[in-house]
Amino acid sequence: MTRAPALATAVLILSATAGAHAQGTGSTTLDAVRARGQLVCGVAGGVPGFSLVDSKGRMTGLDADSCRAIAAAALGDAEKVRFVPLTTQTRFTALQAGEVDVLIRSTTWTLTRESNLGAEFAGINYYDGTGFLVKTTAGVKSVKEMEGATICVQPGTSTELAIADYFRDNKLTFKPLLIEDRAELERTFIAGRCDAYSTDSSALATFRATQPTKEDYVLLPEIISKEPLGYMVRKGDDKWFDVVRWTYFAELTAEEDGVTSKTVDNDATTATKPDVRRLLGLEGDLGKSLGLDNKFAFNVVKQVGNFGEIWDRNITVLGVPRGINNLWTKGGLQYAPPMR
Amino acid sequence: MATASLRWSDPRVRSVVWQVLILGSIAALVAFLVVNVNANRAQRHIASGFGFLDREAHVPIAEALIPYSDATSTFARALVEGLLNTLRIAVVGVVLATVLGTLVGIGQLSRNALLARLCAIYVEVARDIPVLVQLLIWYAVLKLLPVPRQAIHLGGSFLSNRGIIVPMPLASPAWSAMFWAALAGAVLAWFWARWTRVRRARLGRAPPALSIGAALVVGLPLLAWLAYGAPTALEYPALRGFNFGGGTTLSPEYAALLIGLVVYTAAYIAEVVRSGLLAVSHGQTEAATALGLSHGQTLRLIVLPQALRVIIPPLTSEYLNLTKNSSLAVAIGYQDVVSIANTTMTQTGQALEGVTIIMGTYLVINLATSALMSWYERRNRLVER
Repeated sequence: MTRAPALATAVLILSATAGAHAQGTGSTTLDAVRARGQLVCGVAGGVPGFSLVDSKGRMTGLDADSCRAIAAAALGDAEKVRFVPLTTQTRFTALQAGEVDVLIRSTTWTLTRESNLGAEFAGINYYDGTGFLVKTTAGVKSVKEMEGATICVQPGTSTELAIADYFRDNKLTFKPLLIEDRAELERTFIAGRCDAYSTDSSALATFRATQPTKEDYVLLPEIISKEPLGYMVRKGDDKWFDVVRWTYFAELTAEEDGVTSKTVDNDATTATKPDVRRLLGLEGDLGKSLGLDNKFAFNVVKQVGNFGEIWDRNITVLGVPRGINNLWTKGGLQYAPPMR
Repeated sequence: MATASLRWSDPRVRSVVWQVLILGSIAALVAFLVVNVNANRAQRHIASGFGFLDREAHVPIAEALIPYSDATSTFARALVEGLLNTLRIAVVGVVLATVLGTLVGIGQLSRNALLARLCAIYVEVARDIPVLVQLLIWYAVLKLLPVPRQAIHLGGSFLSNRGIIVPMPLASPAWSAMFWAALAGAVLAWFWARWTRVRRARLGRAPPALSIGAALVVGLPLLAWLAYGAPTALEYPALRGFNFGGGTTLSPEYAALLIGLVVYTAAYIAEVVRSGLLAVSHGQTEAATALGLSHGQTLRLIVLPQALRVIIPPLTSEYLNLTKNSSLAVAIGYQDVVSIANTTMTQTGQALEGVTIIMGTYLVINLATSALMSWYERRNRLVER
């Protein structure tokens, strides 16, 4: 008898939470982003080329621009993004708990991350692999010479697992030194506490490029694992997954069709190629079918640029070659399905 | 009769109704949280349960106290390694912080102005700087040590930024025999002390408890050592490739964490000790002096036993704080239970289970510490006759 009011309250709360998403686009995340007027994007926040605050206080990098592209597609304004810096150990919890709408944090796509973490990968913005950086003074030419070495690595990463596998496979031993904060880890490596610094080779190259004396460091030739880095969203919101994935494909399609931030205004009035006309919303209802504006791809290209422009602005300037990250038409792996 | 006793004006009825209402609300809240968490996890396809503990972890661990392999060991084993690393810091840290804190606390009351002032400055500086900052400073200092190839060589030991590497006795069956002998000695000494106490109570005299007990604890392992041919061979560390081989290593991460926590906690313990000593009325000291006790005797026999009663409860809190602060190890790469549980959470995605393990671990360690300290406090309580 006395329990009844409390139970009724609980039932009320439950039904209230269940019924809250009855209207809108059908995507709870997209609705939340629109209501907030802002995209909350999880990034690393301290990796040159991917996400790093510049001297003017602006978050820059490939991952940061990928966030902006989603904001341009979902809200029509690339600047309506709040960046949340996450460590390797807090990133998944932040995504699971709904603290961020999308996680673009040099995170590797693996089977268990999709099957156990409640997350899905919507695309690959960087095809990477685990590499090793050593000091030139160590005189090492290959990872195979590194028996017994101490290796600096971030805990909770796929790098950690890849190194363990590689050394076991090659019957070598190593001592891990695991520090969560990347800046502290890099200071520790520079101080000589460990013999090698291991992470995605892209991050090693950009770390080396940003050191005062690059010649002091050598990138070893071995790339010991596949590390496809990309966009991660929560499971259970397929429409939001589509928005994130097709924003990325729109960047690729624009590059493939030669639409850049400089030509897009002109293309939006004079384009004759059917693919370009559909991409920019002159024909068809591609945007509407995603729950977005038909000009979503126009906004992305106009405000952030196509994939090649984003790449050149953030990665090429650090002296890292595009390699397998080129478009499939230029011998790379970046490939977008038809946008129609 | 029944209707009459169920009136609202009856305080017992009111009390029961309120209790049922409050309990019911709490139960409903808990039920709601459980249902909500389960629904959200199911919707997001997040795995649940503790099944992951039996899976291979593949998490490399730098300092493993019991055998561990990143190829075959399970998450459960990895977490046990983390727990042992936490205990290694907490136990050694509590002992060292108590010693340092007691010395500084007494030093602050010293009649030597320089010593008293130095102790006071140490206390202020150490407790005014956040402990995380202190850890990072100690770690940065230890990283300034030379690289292995230029290590400082001291009588078979090496000091470098890989830590202190000291020679270790070569493996021999004598060591485990000595361990068991010491354990047997301790048990025998305890029984001996009990027997002498009973005998003294009955006859008013008894053989000495302390010296015979000490002889048992030290003598038995010594006999075991001699019985195994008194092995003295040492394994000396040497630079092999990148790191030192042989010997045993005290890592810079462990050292920085230990120094940082001890220095920080000892400052608080010093204040606890100082307040405890000051709580004993000065008349006690004067009375002891009047009886002809020396300064040291007064401190040992009169002041300290009374001060302990004031000191123990806040001291317990400092022990618990040190244990909890050891979780800052994550910042400087020492793999304690939080570090390993964090990695476990990232690799499995099961944050709730991971946090439950962390909370349970600290709860058990700290409840055990509390229980031990309350037992000690009861023993030292003023016995009134």
